Amino acid sequence: MEEKKRRLFVKQSCEKFKNSRFRLLDILWEIQNGLGGIEGPVMEQVGKLIGVSRVHVEGLVTFYAFFSDRILGKIIIRLCDDIVDQFFGLDKIIEVFSEELGIKPGQTSLDGRFSFELTPSIGMSDQAPAALINDVVFPKLTPGSVKKIIRQLKEGVPVFKVDDTCGDGNNASALIHSSVMNNIRHTGKVILSDSFLPEKGLERCLNLNPAEVIKEMKDSGLRGGGGAGFPSGLKWELARKAEAEKRHVICNADEGELGTFKDRVLLTERAPMMVEGMTIAAYAIGSSEGIIYLRAEYAYLRPWLENILEKRRDTNLLGKDILGKTGFHFDIRIQLGAGAYICGEESALICSCEGLRGEPRIRPPFPVEKGYMGQPTIVNNVETFCCAARIFEKGFDWFSNIGTDKSAGTKLLSVSGDCKKTGIYELAYGTAVADLLEMAEAHDTAIVQIGGASGEMIGRIDFNRKICFEDLATSGSVMVFNSQRNVLKIVDSFLKFFIDESCGYCTPCRVGNVFLRERIQKVMHGDANHSDLDYLRQLSNLIIKTSRCGLGNASPKPVLSSLEHFPIVYASHLHEPREGLQRQFNIQKALEESRRIAKRRSMIYDPVYYDTN
Amino acid sequence: MKKRLATVSLAGCFGCHMSFLDIDERILDLVQLVEFDKSPFNDFKKFTQHCDIALIEGGCCNEENVRTLQEFRANCDILVAVGQCAIMGGLPVMRNAIMHSNDPLRECLEEAYNDSDYVYNPTNEIPNDPALPLLLDKVYNCTEVVKIDYQIPGCPPSGDTLWYALVALLKGNPYELPSELIKYD
Repeated sequence: MEEKKRRLFVKQSCEKFKNSRFRLLDILWEIQNGLGGIEGPVMEQVGKLIGVSRVHVEGLVTFYAFFSDRILGKIIIRLCDDIVDQFFGLDKIIEVFSEELGIKPGQTSLDGRFSFELTPSIGMSDQAPAALINDVVFPKLTPGSVKKIIRQLKEGVPVFKVDDTCGDGNNASALIHSSVMNNIRHTGKVILSDSFLPEKGLERCLNLNPAEVIKEMKDSGLRGGGGAGFPSGLKWELARKAEAEKRHVICNADEGELGTFKDRVLLTERAPMMVEGMTIAAYAIGSSEGIIYLRAEYAYLRPWLENILEKRRDTNLLGKDILGKTGFHFDIRIQLGAGAYICGEESALICSCEGLRGEPRIRPPFPVEKGYMGQPTIVNNVETFCCAARIFEKGFDWFSNIGTDKSAGTKLLSVSGDCKKTGIYELAYGTAVADLLEMAEAHDTAIVQIGGASGEMIGRIDFNRKICFEDLATSGSVMVFNSQRNVLKIVDSFLKFFIDESCGYCTPCRVGNVFLRERIQKVMHGDANHSDLDYLRQLSNLIIKTSRCGLGNASPKPVLSSLEHFPIVYASHLHEPREGLQRQFNIQKALEESRRIAKRRSMIYDPVYYDTN
Repeated sequence: MKKRLATVSLAGCFGCHMSFLDIDERILDLVQLVEFDKSPFNDFKKFTQHCDIALIEGGCCNEENVRTLQEFRANCDILVAVGQCAIMGGLPVMRNAIMHSNDPLRECLEEAYNDSDYVYNPTNEIPNDPALPLLLDKVYNCTEVVKIDYQIPGCPPSGDTLWYALVALLKGNPYELPSELIKYD
């Protein structure tokens, strides 16, 4: 695009969001989609228009994976490179993509039509390997299907028309129109059950006063579904008590944890329930503004969600004086993320909503005191809001009777990997891992990773453990691996993920994870001895202790967890140094370059010619 | 019986050895405890017999360093890495930073003998006498090449640090140094 037109486009994009620096994320999305990238001069112009420095803009562009500081192709292929995809033939798929497009991952084709990138978790682990092409999801790729897709794209078929098949449920609706499958394998009593009566809970709430709503919420025993398990009622109470003019309700739909995809299914099938939950929360804490923070990978669901919000506005379920309750105003906007795992952490998510880099804040103050725009904010998971709607429909005692003592209700589990029936299982808290594996028809399971990369890796001996906050807490991700899979390869892949996602703010996380991975690879190559395991433990604990935020606290978990549960795997890779010499040191390799430069052999390490002949 | 002690300086500056001499008159006490074997202190070029303890200064930047270090490993029971170069590579390891080049070693040599503004080298020759040991592709610290039993940090560790550490090792006492001796920031 020529200079003048480009400047005008950038100006219009900023004006669309009232030149507000708090909407910088949206502005950058607008420009990224329009120009294919955000280059230096554009950053400068945006900075001037909204009143921030160019560096501030550049900080965002380079922080978020979906923004690019160079112009990308018209068609951007983002192939998911999670460990599950790797075990299901990712290498072959990458090869076929590269061959068909003539570019390697990270490159843009010379004609500027295609960009090919690898990306972590796109929330399709149950139908791996999968890719995002622009906004469109292409699940269950095979070398054959990749060839077909690329051929059509090259012929000029629009991306959304390439794959005409539709998934089940609402995936087939005109607004989503995606070939993604829901894969709901087990419906529990709370969320996925058909018995849900819409708006009954909300109506009942509006007849109570907010304090009573919070009390019921606390009595229900509901804990956050995002993984940390903070009691939701308490969070609401704290936000209500904090003095402020305005309060905010944010729905965290940024599930980035490796192997989880429950929010994808909830947003597809239970979005009205979630919005109802948000409305209840808004009434309880006294909020008039809400945000759904939608991860960029799920952008294909945005029209669907916008439509649901619009419909609710039309029927007075959102907007002014909701359901005739005078003085209760509440509306919701959707904030699209831009590809950052750390934005699943609530304070980072709030930063992201404010148009900043998604960096976690120092706590306290907690978001319930000073959150979005410095005002009290509750951030709850999609699943939590769904539960809230159900609690007020059926009553808190109904809810608290499901599950275990300290973990009330059900949990949506995203099962992926080596089992016949990958997909969503809604099970009451307290279900044993072994029972879940049986339901999923997973045979010959050797490793189960519970709670994503930052969760726990357990072996057969622990399969009778229960999924609940008292035992195995989880964000919902359950990755199943059979006995052919390599524990160390899984750990290595998780560490690579954390290295990529580290924001670089603090040294323990930025540098420590790289050292951890180097040492794990040393073990994999059989060059390590027992002292390397001590090093791994020490460094892991150091990273956990000294990192600034949750990412660094979690990143050594795969190492510690696998060391604890799979000591024999590590032991089998160890070799004690022979005669005190380190195995990984190869003198011949170390001398290669020098021999070439000096054009002579080594007097010490090369055999003399007449010795050998 | 007296313990046998060997010392060596590999890719180091002899600073740690000089620092060792700062134990001053205590060297008289030391010779009551140890017998020196191969070491620059007595200029023994070869091991006369198997030794108990060796102090290693410096890392490995060429093949001769590697051979010497391996020889020490084979001939001594306990290897003590002394000083920053032996432990982490020290100043020499800075050349490992030329890692994004296709030919890092050549770039290092060119910089040292030709390209630098402060070099006078009209023939543009890079020293390549057959008697010179070949350089390694990068500088390795001692732990990367052989198993190291103990480390004494410092650049150099002070005479006191070395003295207390060595005496503790010789007498089999716990290694407890006051923090002012090993704190460097």
